[in-house]
Amino acid sequence: MARQEIMTINMGPHHPSTHGVLRVILELDGEVVVNAIPDIGYLHRGVEKLSEDKKYLQVLPLTDRLDYIASGTNNLAYILAVEKLLAIEAPRRAQWIRTIFAELTRIVSHLLWLGTHAADIGAVTMLMYTLREREDVLDLIEETAGTRMMMTYFRPGGVVKDVLPDFTAKIKTFLDKYDVKVYEYERLLTKNRIWMNRTKGVGVINRADAVSLGLSGPSARASGVDWDIRRDEPYEAYDELEFDVPVRTEGDVYARYLCRIDEMRQSSRMLRQLIEGLPEGPYIERSARYVYPDKERVKDSMEAMIHHFKLVIDGLAPPAGEAYSTIESPKGEIGFYIVSDGSPKPYRLRIRPPCFVNLQSLLTMCKGNMIADVVAVIGSLDIVLGEIDR
Amino acid sequence: MSKNPTKIYKGPGPKEANILLTSASAVMNWSQRSSLWPLTFGLACCAIEMISAAAARYDMARFGWEVFRASPRQADLMIVAGTVTNKMAPVVKKLYDQMAEPKWVIAMGSCATCGGVFQTYSVVPGVHNILPVDVYIPGCPPRPEALIHGIMTLQMKIDGQVNFAATPRKIEPGYHGPSREETV
Amino acid sequence: MTVNWNRQNFTGDDPEKHPAILALRRDLASAVLEVESCRGEIWVVISPAEAIAVLTLLRDDPALGFDFLSDLTAVHWPQRQGAEFDIVYQLYSISHKTRFRVKVRLAEGQSVPTASGVWKTADWLEREVYDMFGIRFEGHPDPRRILNPDDFEGYPLRKEFPLQGRVRW
Repeated sequence: MARQEIMTINMGPHHPSTHGVLRVILELDGEVVVNAIPDIGYLHRGVEKLSEDKKYLQVLPLTDRLDYIASGTNNLAYILAVEKLLAIEAPRRAQWIRTIFAELTRIVSHLLWLGTHAADIGAVTMLMYTLREREDVLDLIEETAGTRMMMTYFRPGGVVKDVLPDFTAKIKTFLDKYDVKVYEYERLLTKNRIWMNRTKGVGVINRADAVSLGLSGPSARASGVDWDIRRDEPYEAYDELEFDVPVRTEGDVYARYLCRIDEMRQSSRMLRQLIEGLPEGPYIERSARYVYPDKERVKDSMEAMIHHFKLVIDGLAPPAGEAYSTIESPKGEIGFYIVSDGSPKPYRLRIRPPCFVNLQSLLTMCKGNMIADVVAVIGSLDIVLGEIDR
Repeated sequence: MSKNPTKIYKGPGPKEANILLTSASAVMNWSQRSSLWPLTFGLACCAIEMISAAAARYDMARFGWEVFRASPRQADLMIVAGTVTNKMAPVVKKLYDQMAEPKWVIAMGSCATCGGVFQTYSVVPGVHNILPVDVYIPGCPPRPEALIHGIMTLQMKIDGQVNFAATPRKIEPGYHGPSREETV
Repeated sequence: MTVNWNRQNFTGDDPEKHPAILALRRDLASAVLEVESCRGEIWVVISPAEAIAVLTLLRDDPALGFDFLSDLTAVHWPQRQGAEFDIVYQLYSISHKTRFRVKVRLAEGQSVPTASGVWKTADWLEREVYDMFGIRFEGHPDPRRILNPDDFEGYPLRKEFPLQGRVRW
């Protein structure tokens, strides 16, 4: 009678395929995974504690560095929570610009996901191709926001400065090239026999487990959870846009891949509508008392200068209360729960991390699969350790 | 360093045109600095800029550094890209110890240099607290061009190494060699 | 164009008309301690002993259907003697597209039963609350630190813990 021996293997935290410093303790029966326990915290930087020591605008660059690939949606989630607390609203042009950047962020994030996921499974060319497209989007972001990755472009009440006049033309040029490229990526992978063998039927999670484990974003939609915050609880310009939400029922790595490819197409579709209908108007709500006055007025008018001075030195101090605001980031539902006690620093800033909650389902997905499939599953979950560990 | 060991002298006359006179130390330095093999050690956001530097636009392969090795036994350059936390510090040290000599360390980004924005209870304020660092690259994150500039600075530092001397030594952290105008 | 800060406002003026509050007052009236609202968001403060009963009711009642636990966190109020910690459950109903918040007030050293039997999401979220605040959850399958190293001393998100920690580099 054969004796069953479980072998414990340590995967990470330094590993080429773990997308960061993730450690997974794998218990194997031969090559079949019996248990997969993620051990996280190797990038725990104490952002929540640090935010209690910084003013509201100083917290904004910290939020960029959470999900460092998709920094625009982190910023947007934080700014929406702060705007809720302050009870101010951005003008229409600012909302549309913010939506444009949220969708550009989604494209950037999904391109990098596709490149690294395919490279882990073995299709290393994809990494080079998708990073080439990603550079074009980073150029667009850099022209407006100043930096490539960490945007910090939004403010409570709008955006920090207006986009350049040829912004929409440049996005259109990019989108024309991008649509062709997405078709090329699909042509390389979707019907590829090796890709299908490595990803179909691997890492399956059913709908009930997905909802109970708190899976959100494209990983949940691939298991049949028909939920997208952009459609169900619309924010910014999403209620005026037409887009589809891709939902599949198989729940395996292949379904998650297809969901994200479809999302890349839908982002392109949304961007075309956004640049078509970008309204004129102010790019920040200058009349709100929590927003810096126009710099020209600061030089002329005494009240504006005092207002500017108070806001810079003391910081904006929302009234006491709390707010929880969630948006759809490329990884899932990201939310900020801010408790304010009337002072210029947040009393408690809680970040609801989508990747942290998504990673819990790793065991359910990996059980019964082979060890090489663990790499495919981790890639398909699209995790970013900066957000998991904060 | 009165004599510059990296200059290569061609012998006089056409018959001797394919004779190059240089020092063994210079050849060693030249071969080491021209094919640095980095360890894939991206911790946080700077890793993404490191990947971008290795990608198509800011191609690192032009300089000879595209062979990223996952195993520390095969790598000779550790680019610490990202925040080093207290939990991760023993792992970093262990990986550094596993690398074979000669080895160099680049601290990429503000977090590896000084802890960056994150001056908290769980972050090591700069990787130089646990490893000897050769080059610091500031930025949050540094652009891929800045990373390339940093590695080229390391290349200049390697050029200034003295091998096969009476007391052979690797250059300690901190730049001691000739100035930039003298070596280039 | 949406008015963002108001987009989760369900019942307009009166928090008591929220369907979850009505259901709780009907079935588990003894558990409800307070009902509050801020910026259109409504929450209920319940007693720790009946927390699991309340959460199970909110999940299973077909009219409410809060099948998704969005977040589980805690807030430390050191000046509020006898009720220093607030455990906050953020709930979401995928079918009805509504949100709700449940709070439990705990004293120092008091514990609350684990919600990981109601939603499996609560597993890691409660581990993080334990790691950061030191609050214990009875019946949790794996009660150990998750983000800090295992030999870390102290609970970082408590207000008395210094930002730079107690161990110097």
